[in-house]
Amino acid sequence: METILLFAPLLGSLICGFGYRIIGERAGQIIATGFLFLSCLLSWVVFLTFDGVTEQIQIARWIESGSLATDWSIRLDRLTAIMLVVITTVSALVHLYSFGYMAHDEHFREGETYRSRFFAYLSFFTFAMLMLVTADNLVQLFFGWEGVGVASYLLIGFYIRKPSAGAAAIKAFVVNRVGDFGFALGIFAIFFLVDSINFSDVFAAAPEIAETELEFLWTTWNAAELIAFLLFIGAMGKSAQLILHTWLPDAMEGPTPVSALIHAATMVTAGVFLVCRMSPIMEFADTAMTFVVYLGAATAFFAATVGLVQNDIKRVIAYSTCSQLGYMFVAAGVGVYSVAMFHLFTHAFFKAMLFLGAGSVIHGMHHEQDMRNYGGLRRKMPYTFWAMMIGTLAITGVGIPLLYVGFPIGFAGFVSKDAVIESAYAAGTQAGGFAFWALLIGALFTSFYSWRLMFLTFYGAPRGDKHTHEHAHESPAVMLIPLGVLAIGSVFAGMVWYKSFFGSTEAVAKFFAVPLQTEVHAVADGYAEDGKADDSHSAKDDHSEAYDGEKTGDGKGYDDGHHAEFGGAPGDGAIYIGEGNTVLDDAHYVPNWVKVSPFVAMLLGFLTAYQMYIRRPDWPARLAENQRPLYLFLLNKWYFDELYEVIFVRPARFLGSFLWRRGDGDVIDGGINGLAMGVIPFFTRLAGRAQSGYLFHYAAAMVLGIVALVFWMSMTGIN
Amino acid sequence: MSADLAIVLPEIILSVYAMAALIFAVYTKKDAMAPTLVLATSALFLVMALWIGTGGSATGSAFNGMLQNDGFARFAKVVILVSAAVVLLLSQGYMKQRGLLRFEYPILITLAVVGMMVMVSAGDLIALYMGLELQSLSLYVVAALRRDNVKSTEAGLKYFVLGALSSGMLLYGASLTYGFAGTTTFEGIVQASEGGISLGLLFGLVFMAAGLAFKVSAAPFHMWTPDVYEGSPTAVTAFFATAPKMAAMALFARVVHDAFGTVVGDWQQILAFLALASMFLGAVAAIGQTDIKRLMAYSSIAHMGYALVGLAAGTAVGVEAMLIYMTIYVVMNIGTFAFILSMERDGRHVTDIAGLNMLAERSPGAACALLVLFFSLAGVPPMLGFFAKYGVLLAAVDAGLTWLAVAGVVASVIGAYYYLRIVYFMYFGDPDARRIDGTIAPLNAGLLLASAAIMLLGIVNMFGIEGLAEAAAASLVN
Amino acid sequence: MTAFTITFYMFALTVVASGLLVVTARNPVHSVLWLILCFLSSAGMFVLMGAEFVAMLLIIVYVGAVAVLFLFVVMMLDVDFAELKAEMSRYVPIAGLIGLVLLMQLGLALGTWGYAEDAQALRAAPTPGDMHNTKALGMLLYDQYFLLFQLAGLILLVAMVGAIVLTLRHRTDVKRQNVLAQMYRDPAKAMELKDVKPGQGL
Repeated sequence: METILLFAPLLGSLICGFGYRIIGERAGQIIATGFLFLSCLLSWVVFLTFDGVTEQIQIARWIESGSLATDWSIRLDRLTAIMLVVITTVSALVHLYSFGYMAHDEHFREGETYRSRFFAYLSFFTFAMLMLVTADNLVQLFFGWEGVGVASYLLIGFYIRKPSAGAAAIKAFVVNRVGDFGFALGIFAIFFLVDSINFSDVFAAAPEIAETELEFLWTTWNAAELIAFLLFIGAMGKSAQLILHTWLPDAMEGPTPVSALIHAATMVTAGVFLVCRMSPIMEFADTAMTFVVYLGAATAFFAATVGLVQNDIKRVIAYSTCSQLGYMFVAAGVGVYSVAMFHLFTHAFFKAMLFLGAGSVIHGMHHEQDMRNYGGLRRKMPYTFWAMMIGTLAITGVGIPLLYVGFPIGFAGFVSKDAVIESAYAAGTQAGGFAFWALLIGALFTSFYSWRLMFLTFYGAPRGDKHTHEHAHESPAVMLIPLGVLAIGSVFAGMVWYKSFFGSTEAVAKFFAVPLQTEVHAVADGYAEDGKADDSHSAKDDHSEAYDGEKTGDGKGYDDGHHAEFGGAPGDGAIYIGEGNTVLDDAHYVPNWVKVSPFVAMLLGFLTAYQMYIRRPDWPARLAENQRPLYLFLLNKWYFDELYEVIFVRPARFLGSFLWRRGDGDVIDGGINGLAMGVIPFFTRLAGRAQSGYLFHYAAAMVLGIVALVFWMSMTGIN
Repeated sequence: MSADLAIVLPEIILSVYAMAALIFAVYTKKDAMAPTLVLATSALFLVMALWIGTGGSATGSAFNGMLQNDGFARFAKVVILVSAAVVLLLSQGYMKQRGLLRFEYPILITLAVVGMMVMVSAGDLIALYMGLELQSLSLYVVAALRRDNVKSTEAGLKYFVLGALSSGMLLYGASLTYGFAGTTTFEGIVQASEGGISLGLLFGLVFMAAGLAFKVSAAPFHMWTPDVYEGSPTAVTAFFATAPKMAAMALFARVVHDAFGTVVGDWQQILAFLALASMFLGAVAAIGQTDIKRLMAYSSIAHMGYALVGLAAGTAVGVEAMLIYMTIYVVMNIGTFAFILSMERDGRHVTDIAGLNMLAERSPGAACALLVLFFSLAGVPPMLGFFAKYGVLLAAVDAGLTWLAVAGVVASVIGAYYYLRIVYFMYFGDPDARRIDGTIAPLNAGLLLASAAIMLLGIVNMFGIEGLAEAAAASLVN
Repeated sequence: MTAFTITFYMFALTVVASGLLVVTARNPVHSVLWLILCFLSSAGMFVLMGAEFVAMLLIIVYVGAVAVLFLFVVMMLDVDFAELKAEMSRYVPIAGLIGLVLLMQLGLALGTWGYAEDAQALRAAPTPGDMHNTKALGMLLYDQYFLLFQLAGLILLVAMVGAIVLTLRHRTDVKRQNVLAQMYRDPAKAMELKDVKPGQGL
């Protein structure tokens, strides 16, 4: 079943991409989509029936070279199962959605076939992504990693006649290359140390790696720190974290379904997945993880600030994605991988929906993407409006704080984002504190720009081209159905799976098949028997009751209050939580003000947006006028692109053109050409002249040869 | 005595056949008998090759070590006999058409082949010289066979005069060697040089190497090659490019290993120099050629350079690589010359390269086969020519002559140019050029295709010659 | 210094000097004559070494036949040797230089000349003490060197065949006398009488 699941998209891609000439474009599209729905169905079956025990399903012998021997096989554990569902669901819906979205495209000429190509790319991407998440070893993962990179490149540059799309595709590829370089070095380092790239071997060797020192770049590093850091560089590139984030906003040049699938729901989360997957090593690398926390928090904050002032509807969502990825990394960085996966899971739903909704708006508005030219579309596109509304409610984190009825009540984003923020606080470290505040402010900004988007688009008076507004229309059903499905996910995903991802240690351990530590068995057993006491928030539990009183306190003194601790050796479960890492548990006992704060931040953001865009629409312009430097700073995305232009692009271009003109053109071409057209013909003429036809010249040559040989031999032959 | 005679029985049979055929033809219809004689001679060559190849003839050393009929000699003899038989058959149509098919031709070829057979199994300086002269003298004559043609007579004369000069060098070297060792047998020379050699013997070695280098047309003793190749009747050129090259190269190997096996380091330098000069000269000078026969002359100079690289390694592996190289080279050249022999424009034989323009249009099959052959000559994988080059270069690297191998690679890059230029002409050339007719006689076409097919199919196991060459090399180097 | 030594050096000097004169003489006929002197001196040296047979062979074959043949050829050929020489003189400096280098190198070899330790033992044919050298030569040639002798014969055969192939011409445009054809000629068949009637023609 897993094999079918994995190869169905590839088959669909091949049939659609190469076979459309025979079966027709539409049939190709239907086949690709059909295969994906099959894949999706199987994924859900796998996800829901999966018992948590890691399985390895061999497909083929793959590489055997020296000591490097590896299979091509599927590693099925909880992480994989989650990713399978996310990928195939969003992908299947995006396929369906694309029927409508790509029906007519002004970027292509009449009669050109581009839809089958688009679907083939989408399916190929899905296959590569599945390869990535089902990988059983690092090289296989890297294969998928690069496969999605290629698919992303192809899809960003899908509008082949649009120069900016081509540039964006190249930018995405090149920036990712920087990350991939780090990733590849990480793989090399692992192979160097472990002599294997299979996850099982690598995880088993993790404690050993942590003890090893490694010489790299003239410095001695702790091997685990180095590997974690290098792998994280790869994750940074793929997940558009600060420094390597510049490609993601530009990637919006691609068709909107692509943005929804690749640049919101799946590919960009591969970095988070990688960090979670490598948790057995990450857990041994405190410094690297601190770095992850800082960088994730900084990205979350930075992207949120930039999102405040962007006018392109897709860019706002792109920065939002960037920001949300930062949240995930913070969660992973403080050691609660389950929460990172939780946010990944819910984010996939609501962000895909936001993108698809935005796509629907763009589709209805004849490819107008500037929000300043929208307004009052609520009535023109009611379904889209409601979908976007649900998405916004989800991303901004609307819910009822402090209420707990076996699970918290709120939209998906509320549940998972609060979990992240609480975890950051509970980490108790300096990085955690920084992350907490950065994420909190980020949440405020998120709320602001999300509502700003809603208000600018759907409320107020129509702005911009009148003609466009008159022809604005609701999208067809094929585009609305995916929105509906995703809306369901956006509303319920958080509540339904809360326990599995962010419940008690036991619940999470069970879900991810992580063994519990034996010392605390007595307590843990008691818990396991007490079915109702799954969650420590539950007031019915006597242990948590004891702490209830303290919840309003300063949040100290929890260290000795754990009910259970994760245990087992690295690689035993889907994730590995190191000894002494109790953040997950602690997160449940953070003070109430911490629990409420994200909601307050959301409310503040909403009110500000309401004030600025509904009640006093003239405020934004005045504010921008008053705070011009700040406004420009944000509008220009902190000048990252300009900085890179100066630091990297120009020198690189200069070096490139220098090497091209002088190095390649003059030296190499000149050398080769000179050799081929000057020196060798010169010798050819010389040889031709020597071949004069005169006998005595020939004889002279022979005598000269003899003299030379005799001379040489008398010099070197006998000492 | 009878044991000795048994060993040289193939040579005796061929000599007696030559004399008998001479008398027979003179007293019957003379030149009218020539076609019959050509067929008979070819058949005899093939029978002999079969006999020697299957180990029928007696082996060992004869006449106090004058001749050595060992595995190495047998390998070379088979190649010589088969290639001579094939070229003789090939040349029949060509010679007949131009009124050159005289009954002496097959007889002279037979005597030349006897000379070659003596050369490759020579165990003595005098036997070496006798074989060499018997071969050379016959070749001088056939080079000038077209006696009414200025170029042909010039070719014969040049070949003769320069050949005499080279023989002089060889003899001078031989006498220096004799002066040092006190004997002319290879065994004796090895024995004498075991206790160290003098400068005199070294000079003798240089002079002998120069004389032999002339025979294999290695630079700088190659000057005769282009002129003789161009001037001789094309069928004779085809013969020059095949059997005598194999014989001379085998003789070279025999001298350096049998007679000077103790001073490998010394002759290694000489051979490396000759190889280097040949490879580069062959590659560079061929570029400017417009006549395909001259081109093939430079090509063969370059190829001899590569074969010498294998020999320069000074190891059994090197000799094996050289033998394989020479065998493949001979096969490639037979195929190429099968085509060149049938190059005609308006019924006249032409050899200018421009005539090959757009050959692919007129005879796609021949063009394709030629393409394979030229790629193989250039050493493009996966043709057999590549593996030949690879073998000798590998042997050189193993023997510590990495610089020579690198130079060989560089030279083969330069050399690829002129082979590929012909391919370019055949496929993308100027359709308005004065093209050849493109008709090929069945025999020529068959050999062309067979040769090309061997170049392609040989990559499977080289038809097993590797094992044979290895055994041959093992019998020479010990 | 014995008479033997004096004679040897006299002959040796003559050989070298006349050899030099062969190539430097202006008149080709003189060159051939110097060559003959060279041969004769060489024969003298052979005699000194006790190889009378070889010495006589040299005189009979080389002086008596080869050199005389040369003389004829040189006289019959219409070659302007003076012009050839003028052409050659252009190359004299460079040729001289190369020659000098080669000479010095060979001098070096001669100066450091050494025989192999077992050269004496390895000799194929030690000078026989009990028979005269013509017989000894014959014994060697027809016994040990039998094969080489036969091969030499083959070489001569090739030379002969080659000379004929390259020079013998059956010229078809030249009428030759065929005696037998003349003798068997029958007048009755050679001639036919026709009775021609006047005024009608054939």
